[in-house]
Amino acid sequence: MTIEKETLLLQGLGRNDRKAVEAIYKDNFNMVQALVIKNNGTSEDAKDIFQEAMIVLYEKAKSDSFILNCSLSTFLYSVSRRLWLKRLMQQNRFLIVEESDNELVKVDDDIEDHERINTEFNMMERSINSLGEPCKSLLDAFYIQKRSMQEISASFGYTNADNAKTQKYKCLMRLKKLFFSQYKNYEP
Amino acid sequence: MIDDFKLLEDVERYINGQMTPDERVQFEGLRKSNPEIDQLVVEHTFFLHQMNRFDDMKKFKSGLNDIHIDLAEKGAIKSTRLKGRAKVIYLVNRYKRVAAIAASIAGVTALTISALVWSISPTTPRKEIAQLNRKFNELNQKNAMLGKQINEVKDQIGTAPAVTYKTGGTGFLIDAKGLLVTNAHVIANAKYIAVQNSDGKDLKVKIVYVDVDRDLAILKIEDSAYRAPKSIPYSIKRSNADLAEPVYTLGFPRNDIVYGEGYLSAKTGFNGDTLTCQIAIAANPGNSGGPILNHNGEVIGILSTKQTSAEGVVFATQSKFIYSALNQLQKDTAYQKVKMPSTSSIKNLDRMQQVKKISDYVYMVKVN
Repeated sequence: MTIEKETLLLQGLGRNDRKAVEAIYKDNFNMVQALVIKNNGTSEDAKDIFQEAMIVLYEKAKSDSFILNCSLSTFLYSVSRRLWLKRLMQQNRFLIVEESDNELVKVDDDIEDHERINTEFNMMERSINSLGEPCKSLLDAFYIQKRSMQEISASFGYTNADNAKTQKYKCLMRLKKLFFSQYKNYEP
Repeated sequence: MIDDFKLLEDVERYINGQMTPDERVQFEGLRKSNPEIDQLVVEHTFFLHQMNRFDDMKKFKSGLNDIHIDLAEKGAIKSTRLKGRAKVIYLVNRYKRVAAIAASIAGVTALTISALVWSISPTTPRKEIAQLNRKFNELNQKNAMLGKQINEVKDQIGTAPAVTYKTGGTGFLIDAKGLLVTNAHVIANAKYIAVQNSDGKDLKVKIVYVDVDRDLAILKIEDSAYRAPKSIPYSIKRSNADLAEPVYTLGFPRNDIVYGEGYLSAKTGFNGDTLTCQIAIAANPGNSGGPILNHNGEVIGILSTKQTSAEGVVFATQSKFIYSALNQLQKDTAYQKVKMPSTSSIKNLDRMQQVKKISDYVYMVKVN
């Protein structure tokens, strides 16, 4: 695959463009699946590992400054291999069997970044889930769907936008409290 | 509290660049002179960034799942199903003896218990369970007669009589090519059956499989107006659901799709029936045949009957029987390629988004 094409795919991935993601997925999944299955994993494990590697790549691709200094498949293979090795080590198994002609790059930093982002993601998920309704939908409507306060107050049945705003403020404070109470205890 | 409220609003407007230049200069002055406010800006920027990234990641993850199912169905990536099954067969062979012994013990125990229960339980009339198919409007005798007369007139002028559907239930797709599951009792004694999609359009269907014991039927949409979706968002669970698991259902007790939620209250159905399970959920006639889903977006059952002597006690056929029904069906070569969705692509979505995705795959079943 040419460098131009890879760059285009990577840019598409950064925008979460379905076609680009699908193309990368299609070209690389079998390779990672072969590795995982050869090393005592199931196809379900392979799916998990590969998707996690895709997320690592996605995080990289989103930042403008990112330049990939190897091919997409080398990167995905290296990350998947590292992630699977880690999983195996948790089960006290260390050996990894693989084809010797696969290129590898160093991905330690990338995996470290990813683990931090992942932890933060889980903290936010836990916080949002323990928030309950209507807070969850209210914050989602304002901060994620970016709907206007007028619209929100109408669809949630508040009498005016100010009341909706007050409620949104209370919800936000609760969410921040939930999130930061976990974040404070977190040592990266 | 009012001050904090106002301050946070300002901070947000500042972060989002919604302040006028004057306000901005003033606010920056405030930031410099007040370290607490400065800290609030930093913290809130970080927090908003976390929220956006969370949403972004959630969307990306669910996209990946969609793509995986898509590619696996197209055969563009190596199908994972075979390996899963090979493993099951391996395990079955390995534990055959143990399983046989366990099964025979369980069998003897079950027989003893059911004999005991039978001998001590009072005989309950079958009426205690009501099937939840619904009668369409109050077609009384007079209307029927009128309809008949109209049809006679129509016949005379040579047009086909329009079908008036009298009863109905719910059904849901298990295969993108148009296979639908519903209850056998919904389509019992049917002369005409149609399903209505979310656009309100009637589609012709044919019955391809009926199992009265398990109250299960499979229909196939055969209509040129049917647009096959790429894949099914939910999966069908092979194993039993857990007690107290929160569940929800979608169905057509009226002309609009209706959502209801509840929980799995017992692993067996009415009088210990092992084919079904008991669910505490509000259900009405018309809900029959609707999917029961868990929070991962996996179908765990098909809503079928309710106990008339108690409120909110509903029984559902366990989802694993969809697999056995399909196995029977696949003896016919025409259906050998049918693949049921084994992974749910809506696992990480919240309930509202799940329902939004699922509702296009749930159909109203109309019967005359």
